[in-house]
Amino acid sequence: MKENIEIKVGYASCGIAAGAAEIYERLEQEIEENDYPVSLTKVGCVGMCHNEPLIELENPGGTSFTYGNLEEDDAGRILESHIGKNTSYEDKLIPGKADYDYFSSQQKVVLRNSGIIDPEEIEEYLDRDGYAALGEALDQDGSEIIQLIKDSKLRGRGGAGFPTGVKWSFARDAGSDQKYLICNADEGDPGAFMDRSVIEGDPHALLEGMVIAAHAIGADQGYIYCRAEYPLALKRLSIAIEQARSRDFLGNNILDSGFSFDIDVSKGAGAFVCGEETALMKSIEGERGMPSSRPPYPAQEGLFGQPTNINNVETLASVPWIVRNGAEEYREIGTENSGGTKVFALAGKVERGGLVEVPIGTSLEEIIFDIGNGIEGSKDFKAVQLGGPSGGCLPESQLDTPVDYETLTDAGAIMGSGGMIVMDEDDCMVDVAKYFLDFTQEESCGKCTFCRVGTKRMLEILERITSGEGEKKDLEKLRKLAPKIEEHSLCGLGQTAPNPVLTTLRYFEDEYAKHIEEGSCPAGVCRELITYRIKDDCIGCTTCSQECSVDAIDGESGSRHVINQEKCIQCGTCLEVCPVDAVEVV
Amino acid sequence: MVIKKPETKDIRAELEDYPRERRSLIPILQKVQNEHGYLPRDFMEKVGSYLSILPSKVYSVATFYAQFRFEPLGEHLIKICHGTACHVKGADNVTDTVESELGASMGETTDDGQFTVERVACLGCCSLAPAMMIDDTVYGNLTRDKIRDVLEDFRGEEG
Ligand SMILES: Cc1cc2nc3c(=O)[nH]c(=O)nc-3n(C[C@H](O)[C@H](O)[C@H](O)COP(=O)(O)O)c2cc1C
Ligand code: FES
Repeated sequence: MKENIEIKVGYASCGIAAGAAEIYERLEQEIEENDYPVSLTKVGCVGMCHNEPLIELENPGGTSFTYGNLEEDDAGRILESHIGKNTSYEDKLIPGKADYDYFSSQQKVVLRNSGIIDPEEIEEYLDRDGYAALGEALDQDGSEIIQLIKDSKLRGRGGAGFPTGVKWSFARDAGSDQKYLICNADEGDPGAFMDRSVIEGDPHALLEGMVIAAHAIGADQGYIYCRAEYPLALKRLSIAIEQARSRDFLGNNILDSGFSFDIDVSKGAGAFVCGEETALMKSIEGERGMPSSRPPYPAQEGLFGQPTNINNVETLASVPWIVRNGAEEYREIGTENSGGTKVFALAGKVERGGLVEVPIGTSLEEIIFDIGNGIEGSKDFKAVQLGGPSGGCLPESQLDTPVDYETLTDAGAIMGSGGMIVMDEDDCMVDVAKYFLDFTQEESCGKCTFCRVGTKRMLEILERITSGEGEKKDLEKLRKLAPKIEEHSLCGLGQTAPNPVLTTLRYFEDEYAKHIEEGSCPAGVCRELITYRIKDDCIGCTTCSQECSVDAIDGESGSRHVINQEKCIQCGTCLEVCPVDAVEVV
Repeated sequence: MVIKKPETKDIRAELEDYPRERRSLIPILQKVQNEHGYLPRDFMEKVGSYLSILPSKVYSVATFYAQFRFEPLGEHLIKICHGTACHVKGADNVTDTVESELGASMGETTDDGQFTVERVACLGCCSLAPAMMIDDTVYGNLTRDKIRDVLEDFRGEEG
C-alpha cells in the first residue's frame, strides 16, 4: 500500500484561469506547515471545466475523491478532513470520473492521459505504456504503418477530414531525401481549445505520434506550429521535447533503430490564416503567411520546396493508440466512413462545459444534453455553432444529427476543428452571423478579391440589418454573394466564409425578417434595436445609476428611477445589477 | 505618457543565437518584441542587415502578423477575448467595464502607461467565458466585480 495521500490538481490553462494556481499554493503551504503525508502533482485538463478549479485526492487505500469549484480556503479544510478526521469534505465533493454521468458516454483515446499524468514528467507517460507504440512501429516498415492507419479510418481532425493514411502515402511516395513533417497546432478557430488541452495535458502523446508518422513517411525534421496565445502549451512542449531527446525517442538514431528525427517548435504570430497549411509553411519560412494555390500539394512541394506532410494535433495524438490497439479496434469506435473519437470543446450556454471526447457518430443531442446537461439556467436551447468561422449554426430540429464529416456538412455545418458553442434564446442569430463575418473579414489575408471585398459587402449588409436599416432585398443579396465568394477564393478561409450566414438564413430566416420588417431583435441583443426601461418595481436603491457608465439614469434615492434614452448606450449594466429585476428590455 | 524608451544598443550579440537564414526572421522579431514590448524601427533595420533582408521586407513581414506592434506598450497588456464563447457570454460588457475602469479604449494605452487594452480572438479557455488575459495570466468567469478586483490588484501592486 502507498504511504501517502496523492492529490492531483487540474493545472491546465483553463484550471489556472479558474484559480488552480492559488489552490495549488495553498495546498503546498498547508502540507509543508503541517508536515502532512501528501504528495502533490499538477496534471492536465480532466475535461470538467465547469467544475474548475478541481482536485482529485486518492487515499493510500486507493479510494479517490474529486473536489470541484474550489476556493482557496477549501484547501486547508480538505486536508484537515482527510488527515485529521479521516473523512471526506462533503461541501465540495463532486462525482469523480468513475461515477459521473458526464463521462459515461465519453470514450477517451486522445485524452487518455490528460488529467491523469503529470505532463512535465516523462516517467508518468512511460508508466502508462508511453512510447511503447514507437518501439513497435520502428520494427515495422513505413508502408505497414501506413496500411494500419488507412485501415483504422482515421481522418484529419484539423477540419477537412482527409484520410490520414492516404495523405501519409503521398508523402512517403514523394521522391526526395529531405522530407518534413509538420504538426498544425495553430488552433485559430475561436471557441476551440482541444489542441491546447492535448498539448498541455499529454505532450508526449503528440511527440510519439509525430515520430511514428515521420518514420512512416521518411521525414527527418519536424515542426510544431503552435499559436503564441498558448504560453503554457509552448512551455510543456519544450520540456517534453528535451525529455524525449534525452531518452533517445527523438534525435539521432532513435532507440538504436537507425532512424533519426528531430522536432522544432515554431511560434505563431497571430494570423488566423496561418492555420491554413500553405500559409503556415510560408510563415515557418519567415514570409508573410499568404496561402498559395494547390497543386502542388505539400506532399509534392511543401516546406522549403520539399515534400511535406501536415497534420493536426489530435490526428497525430491518436496514432500511438492505434498502433498499440490495432486498426480494427479504432475503426469500430466510429462510423463506417470514419474511425475513432473526436474531441469537442463544449462551451457557451451549456450547463456542463468542458472537453468532451466521444465516438464519431454520437448525436449532437447526446453531447449537449446527456453530457453537457442542457442549457444553463432555465432558458431554452436555440442553436449550436460548430466549426467556427467556417461552420454553421444548427437548430433544435437538427439535434439528432450524428457528428460525422458528411452528416454535419449535409446539415449545413461542418465537423471543423471541434468547437461546439451552445446558444440559448437570448442569442441573436443575425448577430452571430455578423460576428463571424466580422472575424473572417478581419482575418482575410486580402489576396483574393472576393474574399477581401465580398466578405466586406456581406458584413455591411449584416450591419445594416442589425441596426434596423435592412431592406427586404438584402437577404437575396446575401444569398447571391455567398456562392461567388465560395467559388473565387483560393483557400478554405474564403471558401467557407459565407457558411455562418447561409446556415442562419437557412434555419433562422424569421429572425432576419423580424430585424428587417419590424426593426426588432427578438433575442434582445442588437443594441440599436432595443430599449431598456425601468419598471414600477424599482425600489430606488440607486445601484443602477451609480453603475451606469454614461450617467444615463436619473432618480432620487427611494423613488423610481428613469433611463434617459438619449444618453443610454444599451450596455445592459442596469439590468445586470438591479437587485429586484426591475429593468426590462423592449 | 511615462513610457520607458528601450535602449537601442547593439543587439548583434543576441542575434548570434539564430542561424542567418530567412526562417529566423519571425523568431527574432518575436524575441525583440518580447524584450521591448514592440518593434522599434532601427531594430528592424539591424535584423534585416543580420539576415541580409531589405528593411522594407522585414517591415512587410512584421506588418502581416497581428502579434507585432510598432508602438510602445503599457506595462501590462490586457487582452480581452472576443471569441465565440466569450461573445455570447458578454465579451462586450467586459470590454465596456475595462474601458470605463481604465479610461482607455480598445487599442489604447492608459495615460499613466500602466495598461494597454487589446482584443483577441480566443484564449482557449472558452468554458470559462467571458475571459481576458493580463500578461501571461488568464482570468475566467468574469463579472463586473471580478474585473474590478483584478485591475485593483494590479494597480495596488504598482501603488
Ligand atoms: C483558414 C484556415 C484555417 C485553418 N486552421 C487550422 C488550424 O488552426 N488547425 C488545424 O489543424 N488545421 C487548420 N486548417 C486546416 C489545415 O489547412 C490542414 O488541412 C490541416 O492542418 C491538416 O491536418 P489533418 O489532415 O490532420 O486534419 C485551417 C484551414 C484553413 C483554410
Ligand atoms: S472564446 Fe473566449 S476563450 Fe475561447
